[in-house]
Amino acid sequence: MLARLGAARRGGLLALALAVALLPLALGNQYLYDVAILVGLNAIVCVGLNLLIGYAGQISLGHAGFFALGGYGSAILAVRYGWPPLAALPVSVGSVTLLAFLVGRPILRLKGHYLAMATLGLGVIITVVLATEDRFTGGPDGMSVPPLALFGRALAGERAWYWLVGALLLACVWLALNLVESPRGRALRALHGSEVAAEMIGIDSARHKLAVFVLSAGLAAAAGGLTAHYSGFITPSQGSFLRSIELVTMVVFGGMASTFGAVVGAAVLTTLPQLLTPLKDYEMVVFGAVMMFTMIFMPRGIVPTLAALFKPRTRP
Amino acid sequence: MSLLRAEGLSKEFGGVHAVQALEFAIQPGAVFSIIGPNGAGKTTLLNLITGIYRPSAGRIWLEERELTGLAPHRFAAAGIGRTFQNLQIFFNMSALENVMAGRYLHERCGLAAAMLRLPGLARAERACRDEALELLALVGLERYTDEASEGMPYGALKRLEIARALAARPRLLLLDEPAAGLNPTETQDIDRLIQRVAARGVTVVLVEHNMRLVMGVSDRVLVLDYGRKLAEGDAESVRRDPRVIEAYLGAEARYA
Repeated sequence: MLARLGAARRGGLLALALAVALLPLALGNQYLYDVAILVGLNAIVCVGLNLLIGYAGQISLGHAGFFALGGYGSAILAVRYGWPPLAALPVSVGSVTLLAFLVGRPILRLKGHYLAMATLGLGVIITVVLATEDRFTGGPDGMSVPPLALFGRALAGERAWYWLVGALLLACVWLALNLVESPRGRALRALHGSEVAAEMIGIDSARHKLAVFVLSAGLAAAAGGLTAHYSGFITPSQGSFLRSIELVTMVVFGGMASTFGAVVGAAVLTTLPQLLTPLKDYEMVVFGAVMMFTMIFMPRGIVPTLAALFKPRTRP
Repeated sequence: MSLLRAEGLSKEFGGVHAVQALEFAIQPGAVFSIIGPNGAGKTTLLNLITGIYRPSAGRIWLEERELTGLAPHRFAAAGIGRTFQNLQIFFNMSALENVMAGRYLHERCGLAAAMLRLPGLARAERACRDEALELLALVGLERYTDEASEGMPYGALKRLEIARALAARPRLLLLDEPAAGLNPTETQDIDRLIQRVAARGVTVVLVEHNMRLVMGVSDRVLVLDYGRKLAEGDAESVRRDPRVIEAYLGAEARYA
């Protein structure tokens, strides 16, 4: 079965690489490139969030906070302190990761609803701080962010960004797949299955939860930083509770404990609102409806549900 | 020297003394059973000697090492494994993965090594899988190897928990009512399995209601009543002890 799993992993990764490589053929204009880039950036967040929610079974309703902080940190260092964006971005991601480590220690002692509420609170605090500290953040109106520059040349244009984000997404998916199939990944799933039983085979549940929380927060911050530099503008709404809900919906819809599911969930739910622009004010209604539909009709999410349909029957 | 030793072990829940001033020592290589009527404190005692509960008073040693107050995973790392009265299977994994997860302590790998799939990991994973397959065979579950554990019958899950606990290579294995809910044939299988486990050099602590199983397999029996030690000795002397007969075995035993 491990061999089969390995084959499925390589096959899935190859399919994703092909999709990334061939998609530009279908992207006729800059707007479509723009959507594809946002899909990729959201997918990076979801791959990380899925490790936390889908595999380790720990709910976070505050990941948009880390996403926004990653963007703001980089923007503030670049704009207010004149750092080159290429240096500001990693420092920002590193700082957010450290913050996640510090707040994660007490928060992750909580379970279930309590953990969800605590992360929700964290997200709310981050948004409020971002909206209030207007000397640094520009307040509720947001601030502009300089483009990433490589060797003095600004990384500009949708095409360049598309390839950068595509490559990063593939790398993240590869890393996540490796993690899931390692002893560490089994430990995460064990925590999800039964925390007390996991402890009784020697798994330090607090340490593993913290590690995956910090990892997923770091990925969110990295994607948030890239998003800010790509779009050239950032507002506190990037870190809002609704945005956190969007991210969780992507993971749940795509399929908990399915890395490719997280990518598919991000792709569908990033594209859908674009198709529904006439309904702009009702965007969140669509997310709510998708969440309800998923929970009722395919609680395992779309990718695992479809995979089960096409899987050859092996039951004795 | 005894393998596990408890001194003055007590656990109180809001004024209720679930376990009170318990002293005992478990010799290596023995099958040590803990019996007692419902509510006698058997499961509380197991939770104390696996670190799930912190004792209100008293101390616990594994050989010379004191474990009192440590987190459960440290008890596991010290060499204590257990199964659960109410199944605690990882239902999000296959049977094989459950047992492979049990090898965690012997599979240490860093986050970065795991994510980059550094060479060596694949070899370690194959070895882990081979050992897990061997343990599945030991408990007689080969045919469920790749099955989702969710779909397995109750009796098989009981044995899967034993295989998972053995995968951690414990020196002391605590079985919390391994025969509860099993039919006589399945109970015989568990009986033979306990003997095979003991033959591998693992010291077994058995908490069980099935007296035939306990009396047949145990080297030593500890009888609890209201959280206190009522009697301790080999199976035969406990069976004959009038206090035990009166407090626990009751009329049923006189005809046994």
